[in-house]
Amino acid sequence: MAMNSDVVGRALARHRADPTRLLQILREVQEELDWIAPETARDIADGLGVPITRVQSVVQFYSFLYDKPRGRYRVLFSDNITDRMLGNAALFEHMLKRLKLRRGQTSWDGAASVDLTSCTGMCDQGPAILVNNFAVTRLTRKRVDEICELIRIGAPLGEWPAEFFHVDDNIRRRETLLTPLEPGAALDAAIARGRQGMMDEMKRSNLRGRGGAGFPTGTKFEGARNAPGATRYIVCNADEGEPGTFKDRVLLNSFSTRVLEGMAIAGYVVGATKGFIYLRGEYRHLQEQLQRDIDSMRASGRLGASIRGAPGFDFDIEIHMGAGGYVCGEGTAQVESLEGKPGRPRVRPPSMVSVGYLGKPTVVDNVETLAHCTEIAIEGGASFARRGTKTSTGTKLVSVSGDCERPGIYEYQFGVTIGRILQDCGAGPVTAVQIGGASGVLITPEEFSRRIAFEDVSTAGAFMVFGPDRDIFEVARNFAHFFAHESCGFCTPCRVGTAIQRNIMDKIAEGRGSNYEVNDLKRLAEFMKRTSHCGLGETAGNAVRDALNKFRPAFERRLRARDFAPAISLEAALEPARRITARDDAEAHLDVEG
Amino acid sequence: MSAAPDKVKVRLATTSLAGCFGCHMSFLDIDERLFELVEVAEFDRSPLTDIKHCGPCDIALVEGGVCNADNVHVVRELRANAKILVAVGACAINGGLPALRNRFDIQDILTRVYRDPVTDHPCVPNSPELPLPLDKVYPLNEIVRVDYSLPGCPPSGDAIWKFLTDLILGRMPRLERSLLHYD
Repeated sequence: MAMNSDVVGRALARHRADPTRLLQILREVQEELDWIAPETARDIADGLGVPITRVQSVVQFYSFLYDKPRGRYRVLFSDNITDRMLGNAALFEHMLKRLKLRRGQTSWDGAASVDLTSCTGMCDQGPAILVNNFAVTRLTRKRVDEICELIRIGAPLGEWPAEFFHVDDNIRRRETLLTPLEPGAALDAAIARGRQGMMDEMKRSNLRGRGGAGFPTGTKFEGARNAPGATRYIVCNADEGEPGTFKDRVLLNSFSTRVLEGMAIAGYVVGATKGFIYLRGEYRHLQEQLQRDIDSMRASGRLGASIRGAPGFDFDIEIHMGAGGYVCGEGTAQVESLEGKPGRPRVRPPSMVSVGYLGKPTVVDNVETLAHCTEIAIEGGASFARRGTKTSTGTKLVSVSGDCERPGIYEYQFGVTIGRILQDCGAGPVTAVQIGGASGVLITPEEFSRRIAFEDVSTAGAFMVFGPDRDIFEVARNFAHFFAHESCGFCTPCRVGTAIQRNIMDKIAEGRGSNYEVNDLKRLAEFMKRTSHCGLGETAGNAVRDALNKFRPAFERRLRARDFAPAISLEAALEPARRITARDDAEAHLDVEG
Repeated sequence: MSAAPDKVKVRLATTSLAGCFGCHMSFLDIDERLFELVEVAEFDRSPLTDIKHCGPCDIALVEGGVCNADNVHVVRELRANAKILVAVGACAINGGLPALRNRFDIQDILTRVYRDPVTDHPCVPNSPELPLPLDKVYPLNEIVRVDYSLPGCPPSGDAIWKFLTDLILGRMPRLERSLLHYD
């Protein structure tokens, strides 16, 4: 126990016993102790001077924090539809069998647990898993066997073969963003333009948020700059949890100069001196490298006080790790999470630009959006705005995965047709493309001339290709499960609605559905859209609704012709009582038909 | 000269499954409005008429969840005959109090409850006349298609009256907040 207290004590000291660091403290403690035991939670609560319930609420909210022992090796299989298409289910079963475990169970010797998790952002190199939050890609049966052996002999993760953890960028097409940036060049350009000059260029560029919503970045910067108060914050949203998206991983891995200098430029324009990168827990493998990038920036005068010698240009960046939670990608939820709380979306208004992190004006922008700021600093807004379309300026990163020869990252000017992307990635015959992830839209071949742009098909960049053998019903069912798992539970329409949607999809999958359920799904999607608290619930019915509208026969062939069928087998429901009474008369049975 | 044909009355059926008859008692709380009701409606199968089996009818009000084989037969009969089936009250909608048994194994419950007083051996009744219990108590909508739900434990007489008159007049039933507010 003394040792556990030492671990807690060190983590508390690293974070100056600051309660807003609770999530970071819990993550770091768990990395050493494997789970948050009740006495650990008590020590942390005492050390921070907060109620134990506050610690428990955070532990219970995040998927990657455990209040029960989960083993020294915690294996999580990414269960996005793209992982399914690459055969993760068989590998999952294989590992469970090898380790003699059931799903979610911890082995008797406390060595390992194996479970499923939402998309880990390795769709172009799956099937993927996380081992103690570190990504292992390109899983094969052989690799599963090797991992089981390493777990059996208790090899520390650091001694596992490096190639297991190899993550490729898979950049297939570049325009202007995916080009190297000379360190300091963008900062110098911004300084030369001055704070107001740079703000003018931002507005002239008409850059819009790349997280999917498309809010004009210049307007957001201006709102935060003009908000009253002396302290402001920049948050780089690197919680790309949308299934099928992995562009931010590539930007942070190979173009961190653009991202970090983009953040500093945002700070310069807005008047913020502090920035956070909210890095999703699934990208744990990037943390140390990103920290080194930040440290070397600081060492070379590109972060810290008087950046590049410009008086008053003070800015520094800190990494905050997420711990599993799709909803934390939503701006207000992310700020809650940064404050060390469960990531539940706030009520708006007030907007983040006036009341954000710790109640101060805060700009929350997508990784890609901030990276684009370096382009605008160097070439100016007018030049930037010449790329793309009139209302969607610049380039967009598209994360292509699924049934195609060349999955990976493609950079295009806005306005590119879906057909063009399919051609470039070497897709064969295509049944449909899911654009924008689980909350996005399902596009069928007759729509392939549509364009990627805010005014047509708007997306954060997920682009999942489904070939002729794919069952779109199963795609929609996967997304229905995703939303039921990721709902934060705060508002009833989403908490209950996503669960009902999942149950109905399962009922139809088991061949017990009828037209009644199909109508119910449509009603449910409409209801969630109208009444949910945040974007998660508002979009949670999209995938199922689109699949129904465009692939209704995929549903219909699973339906019963009848008016309605129970979700359960009534005959089976009588079985226990039949057994205990030893009855087998006619009244002791129920026919299937009503 | 033939007399003008009588106005066709709405046919109503009611039943209580795994419930406590509280919703039916609440139904009687519409009091003197029962006279108004029988002007426009007549009862088919219902505890009020003691008619044992249901014929074609317009509206079926079902109280209680589904806990045994007999409940299944009854609710299927009503569903087959009624144009509109309404789940009335918490038990019909969610399983309610009877569903508290769902966390226990039905075999375990039966063998613990039914024991020979002398030998203390289990003696679970097994007469074919007794309906067999299902493994769990199910809400109506998991067994048959349900058209409307009338919430409450029980819904008040006023709520039942408003709901029923809306249905009879062909309006979408709407309960204002005072009729949905229980504390």
